[in-house]
Amino acid sequence: MEKAFIKKVQIGDAMDRVDARLKVSGAARYAAEYTLKSVVYGVLVTSTIAKGSIKEMDTRAAEKAPGVLAIINHKNAPKVPGHQAGTDNEGSRVYGQEFRLFYDNKIYHNDQPIALAIASTPEQAEHAASLIKVHYAQEKHQTNSKANTSNAITPARGKDYSRGTAYAFKNAPVNLELEYGTPIQVHNPMEPHATTAVWEGATKVTVYNKTQATKLSQQEIMKAFDLKEENVQAISPFVGGAFGSSSRVWPQEMAAIMGAKVTGKPVKVALKRDQVFNMVGYRPRSIQKIGIGATAEGILTGITHEAFTSTSQYEQFTERIVDPTKTLYNCPNLNTAYKLIPLDMSTPCWTRGPGETSGSFALESAMDELAYALNIDPLALRLKNYAPSDPEKNLPWSSNYLKECYQMGADRFGWNKRTPTPGSMRKDEWQVGMGMAAGIYKSERDAASAIATVLANGSVVVQSAVADVGPGSATIFTQIAADVLAMDVKQVTFEWGNSKLPKAPGQFGSHTTASVGSAIYEVCTLLKKKLQELAITMPNSELARAQQNDLVVEEGTVGLKNKQIQLSYADILKSHALPQVQVSTESKGGGPEQEKYSGKSFCANFVEVRVHSLTGEVRVNRVVSAVDCGRVVNKKTATSQVYGSITWGIGIALMEEAKLDHRYGRHLNNDLAEYHVPTCADVPPIEVLFVDKPDPVIDPMGAKGIGEIPLVGFSAAIANAVYHATGKRIRELPITPDKLL
Amino acid sequence: MTDHQPDDNNSEGLDESRRDFLKHSSLLTAMALTPSTVLKAASSQWDERLAGAFEKISLSLEVNGTKHSLAIEPRVTLLDLLREQLALTGTKKGCDYGQCGACTVHVDGRRVLACMSLAVMQEGRKVTTIEGLAGGDTLHPMQEAFVKHDGLQCGYCTPGQIMSAVACIREGHANSAEEIQEYMSGNLCRCGAYPNIVAAIMEVKKEGKKL
Ligand code: FES
Ligand code: FES
Repeated sequence: MEKAFIKKVQIGDAMDRVDARLKVSGAARYAAEYTLKSVVYGVLVTSTIAKGSIKEMDTRAAEKAPGVLAIINHKNAPKVPGHQAGTDNEGSRVYGQEFRLFYDNKIYHNDQPIALAIASTPEQAEHAASLIKVHYAQEKHQTNSKANTSNAITPARGKDYSRGTAYAFKNAPVNLELEYGTPIQVHNPMEPHATTAVWEGATKVTVYNKTQATKLSQQEIMKAFDLKEENVQAISPFVGGAFGSSSRVWPQEMAAIMGAKVTGKPVKVALKRDQVFNMVGYRPRSIQKIGIGATAEGILTGITHEAFTSTSQYEQFTERIVDPTKTLYNCPNLNTAYKLIPLDMSTPCWTRGPGETSGSFALESAMDELAYALNIDPLALRLKNYAPSDPEKNLPWSSNYLKECYQMGADRFGWNKRTPTPGSMRKDEWQVGMGMAAGIYKSERDAASAIATVLANGSVVVQSAVADVGPGSATIFTQIAADVLAMDVKQVTFEWGNSKLPKAPGQFGSHTTASVGSAIYEVCTLLKKKLQELAITMPNSELARAQQNDLVVEEGTVGLKNKQIQLSYADILKSHALPQVQVSTESKGGGPEQEKYSGKSFCANFVEVRVHSLTGEVRVNRVVSAVDCGRVVNKKTATSQVYGSITWGIGIALMEEAKLDHRYGRHLNNDLAEYHVPTCADVPPIEVLFVDKPDPVIDPMGAKGIGEIPLVGFSAAIANAVYHATGKRIRELPITPDKLL
Repeated sequence: MTDHQPDDNNSEGLDESRRDFLKHSSLLTAMALTPSTVLKAASSQWDERLAGAFEKISLSLEVNGTKHSLAIEPRVTLLDLLREQLALTGTKKGCDYGQCGACTVHVDGRRVLACMSLAVMQEGRKVTTIEGLAGGDTLHPMQEAFVKHDGLQCGYCTPGQIMSAVACIREGHANSAEEIQEYMSGNLCRCGAYPNIVAAIMEVKKEGKKL
């Protein structure tokens, strides 16, 4: 009997990532890195106008260029049945007509893909793409949100919300009416979007794509090309960051699939950095009005939140921008309204904390402004208005440790050392400020499936189609499986990132752990039961007279509590002459029990900044982030998730802004030198505090979501700290030096 | 309604004449060596392809200890040579414009952005990529430290971070967290693994091994 256990892994352990070795050694392969035999290269040509149509496209020189296999455009592209079928508002995730690559000569936005040059080498494809000449019939475009609020529409899939009296803030003893704005933010994952596509015959296609959802990719490709499920495979085990930008099928996937169809060879299409700015989604610009009112003691009596975000002319992209406002505080009178501004731009897409991030900037800035108007400490104001149950759904929380977050965070940060008056904490030429904000984010569980197999040697393979774009899901699922099966984690292999594996929801919305983790928990529990049964029914089993309850499963064995008998999984299979034992499960999503509760994650962020009094430069000195994400499955990867959110929050608050030249409707700063994302030197020491108390409702692990919650409210915490440092309230992000001087 | 035409006609013109020049000059040189069938082909639609073949330049370099003698087009970057021709995809392309650090490799021991360097400029040089950093099946101490400190999430910036991190210590710029932060700021990480990357480098530096 083998007994070489290194360490039994427990849920909660800070285990190293299971795929870390592959990633640090360069062996992990991303979408453009599959070295397929006779692969050829596709380069997308994009439009140079924002609106109009293509009058003429001269591809003659490109076609004659060395190495060129095909030039594909709207005139010769293979027909896509799903595109011909037209708008499907029943089955689509975004309302409207999805962008149809090479469908006709219409131009909906700048940098719209209009042709694909395919050649034997990347250099040849690039050169050929540069030879394509396009004549346009240009029309007048609109790309400026601010100038187009009067053209805003009410989204087909959005409802205004109201409880108590609408606009009650106006009659409050202390009230404020404020306007906030956030710019376009581009996900800019380090890996630009890419796909390699291969057809086998006319009916079967495999894509190696960059996706957060292999199953959704598969479904969308099946629908577009009218193919059977078993004939479409999306493979995506490694994704170089996504943050929401890989949650739909985009032009690079469609182009690679069409290109492979036309050439009969595997085709690789990788976007260039500038092409990711207006083709594969972005966080839309927001314009928001908040009205907030309270009694002189600081009890909220009314909040009104009215928001606009931009969208394209062909789809209505909505996000949860007013959602935190509805639930974070116990306010009896509250109304929200949400409108979309259609522009001649590509459709925005879910972006880390989609909606909550922009919406909470407005709400949590307004709370800070109210605290000053009332002359109450900002933390005390929040505590006074703590919501003991969900004020929107009128349901108890599944769990809520927001007060603990406030307490832990404030203690560790030293909030009590803050002197309230703005500008009162100077240090040399720097003005120092402290700010805080709270956050709330949905915590849900979706249906998911999993398969677990114990092999003849006693090792276990667990499978799910789920993606792992960086959070460490593959690692925590390995831990959950090892934990339930009471075995060495090295004996457990988790397989993921392939649409042929059991169905999993997309890795977005911070619900992967709860959804897929539950399926893995359930399937491993079933496997454990099965192994116990097999142990009892073994020919001449020493356990034959034992009851299931007498049996313990530990260290990869089934045995008696007193340890007198311990049968390894391998021995159990051997005595039944079984090469393997496999079980599968389909775990339900939320269910009636969960519908009795409101599931949310919570956080409280505390930030210290310094602002240079001559240059207006803002630096973040330190951050304390206290998070209630239920039980922490892996401290190491969970902490990294918080670091990620804080880094994003610093970018959003201080530097990130995709700028357009509205005269041309084109991006001005579409590269990583001009579009600033935080660098190593921009990120200060971050202290992460987890409440780490299990949620009793959402899933058997007790976990809630972690990927987005620390970002909610964070940009406001910085803006609030900047106000405390300087006395200047910046209501339009990012907080760049020009706004402070 | 207006017509819009890309304004790069001029550069295209230059490009074409450059090609023509190369085509003709290389054909002249080749004349004596080439069978007449090829010469006939040269006057037909084939000439572009033939010109392509003559435009290749020979290059000898060492990558991860292996010598390569190649014939490549002069426009191929070191990054594309590694990724597309030598199947060394551990070196990443994050921007192709020298703005992100994902493509960092060592050339003769110093950190270089592979996307900003033409492959033909590396004649006679020794290139080390992430695949060759450890030289064997065990991990390099920096790779070990990245695993231990979780200095990665999606992993896409990671090879570049590690190559830079090793160079950062070799250059003598890893004496404090602040100094490391400054000298690692050419390597962007969108996932936000920075605090862990700094911790990993601090640890390797403290161990004091020769890197
Ligand atoms: S790919 Fe070379 S610096 Fe970005
Ligand atoms: S780990 Fe994803 S970009 Fe650095």
